Amino acid sequence: MTTALAPEPSKLAEKRKKSSERGRGLGSRRGNVIAGIAAWAIGILFVFPVFFMVLTSLHSEPNASTNPPSFFAPLTLQGYQEFFGASSGASPWPPLINSATASIISTILVILLAIPAAYALSVKPIKKWTDAMFFFLSTKMLPAVAGLLPLYIFAKYLGLLDNINYLLILYTAMNLPIAVWMMRSFLADIPVELFEAAAVDGAGLIRTLRSIIVPIISPGIAATALICFIFAWNELLLANTLTSVIAGTAPVFLTSFVTSQGLFLAKVCAAATVVSLPVIIAGFAAQDKLVQGLSLGAVK
Amino acid sequence: MATATTTPLETETAKAAKKKEPKPSFSERWMNKQGWTRRFPLLPALVFTIILTQIPFVATLIISFMNWQANYPNEIAFGTLNNYVTVFTDPALRSSVFFTIVLTVTVVIVSLALGLGISLLLNRSFFGRGIVRTFMIAPFLIVPVAAALLWKHAIYNPVYGLLNGILTILGGQNAPQPDWITDFPRLAIEAQLIWYWTPFMTLILLAGLQSRPGDVLEAASVDGANPWQTFRWITMPHMRRYLELGGLLGSIYVVQTFDTVFVMTAGSLGTANLPFTVYETLYSAQDYGLASAQGVVVVIFSIAIATFLLRTVSTLFEEETR
Repeated sequence: MTTALAPEPSKLAEKRKKSSERGRGLGSRRGNVIAGIAAWAIGILFVFPVFFMVLTSLHSEPNASTNPPSFFAPLTLQGYQEFFGASSGASPWPPLINSATASIISTILVILLAIPAAYALSVKPIKKWTDAMFFFLSTKMLPAVAGLLPLYIFAKYLGLLDNINYLLILYTAMNLPIAVWMMRSFLADIPVELFEAAAVDGAGLIRTLRSIIVPIISPGIAATALICFIFAWNELLLANTLTSVIAGTAPVFLTSFVTSQGLFLAKVCAAATVVSLPVIIAGFAAQDKLVQGLSLGAVK
Repeated sequence: MATATTTPLETETAKAAKKKEPKPSFSERWMNKQGWTRRFPLLPALVFTIILTQIPFVATLIISFMNWQANYPNEIAFGTLNNYVTVFTDPALRSSVFFTIVLTVTVVIVSLALGLGISLLLNRSFFGRGIVRTFMIAPFLIVPVAAALLWKHAIYNPVYGLLNGILTILGGQNAPQPDWITDFPRLAIEAQLIWYWTPFMTLILLAGLQSRPGDVLEAASVDGANPWQTFRWITMPHMRRYLELGGLLGSIYVVQTFDTVFVMTAGSLGTANLPFTVYETLYSAQDYGLASAQGVVVVIFSIAIATFLLRTVSTLFEEETR
């Protein structure tokens, strides 16, 4: 089709070159410069609140609360010292440790449950494997408030309120569908011949999992774990309903900053920065697989 | 949109399953002999999920037909529609239903449009593209509660907030100094959520743009298609599915917004959405029956969105397994 319309060869080659550049996402030179300037402007606009948060957290309280803002005020760690309880004595460590416990243990449980499940949905699929996949997906669409009340009442009558173990079990259930979908998309990429060879050699399920699947998909496991960690760390609704003093997580602790308390902006920004730090690290570590996780494995 | 096609989900998934077949002999051999060996690895995850998601929902459904207020333990009774009558007649609740819809539609559409524009920019080649991409992801990596606190105190505050600070820089001492959250409560929440969700849309749409088949783009270019024609006839049809996916996933997440409302306004000034209202009915009013009925209404909303989402995902899924 294209040959019929093709101009002379040299011109065609030139066009080919240009178009293959476009195929890699390159437009015209001038267009790229304009696009670049626009992209930089928008990027800075979006990142600016984050930058402002970190900058303010490093200012003294009087310098943090000026109008117009004092961008070039001297830097200090007072905000962080205040957040870690220098004068108030309220330490953020118990909530941070609670968050770490709930996020890390629930993530481990999720991975342990998701790998065998994904195996049964891709390597040696059960008959109605697509139905099972969509069942998992549909639970992700059931809003948290749908089950909140029974979970609350159940905990209230069994004395499980303010118990970090209860919360981490719920986080496991919350993240399991995402993990199953992601792990399945990684497992489906492994060539079947490998499993056939393992079966011929008489390897059982556990051995196949341990010596074939886990080594091959360990980057995928890492990405899945990081994304589940982020979701568990961010969660507020369940934590705020089901925990308070003892098992309160970092987001619950942050809600104590909802009402203004005099000059406290540097402290708020320090708190927001510290609590977000694990998510920022995990997010950048999982950057390449972030989209895949957020779209439940639908986009690669 | 996809509303016209009435293909039920079952047939689509069945098709997908059929297409999986051409890896035959091995999987068939196992299928018959060892059904339970196959099912066993799935069971822990399946049972766990059913216990923790389906049973609570059934309980919510049952309690929604009960008269159950924690402060009146002697009046617990089953078999009433009063909770649903209240949900649909109480003006405060009607307002929260209305705001939930407005919030979801506004945030999703604006962040999708922004995300499309930004992903088209990011798909070109320019100096520091990786850095800009990192900048664009940053908002999404701030813990939602922290992001809401940041916007409430550091950006919207009428006295020392960033917005009014910029107004002072631009307009001098007589510049207007609005109290953003009090004066524009809904807009303030929407803007914060758009900031938070645009990176998500950008990432999905950028992945979509980069999966455009290179040979088709090349053919278009050789045939002399101008950039607009390429966009209109090649990029947009290809991107439709990614736009749908982003929009629907975004809707599922935005409908469930709780953190921002809780932190920024605590549901005052007409900004209580359904998740926040359910939380309040449960936590402050301790009216379990009513909270359940509200929860059921949220679920019905979500199912409406989810039906479309499932269809979109299953189309992508089908292509992948082909």
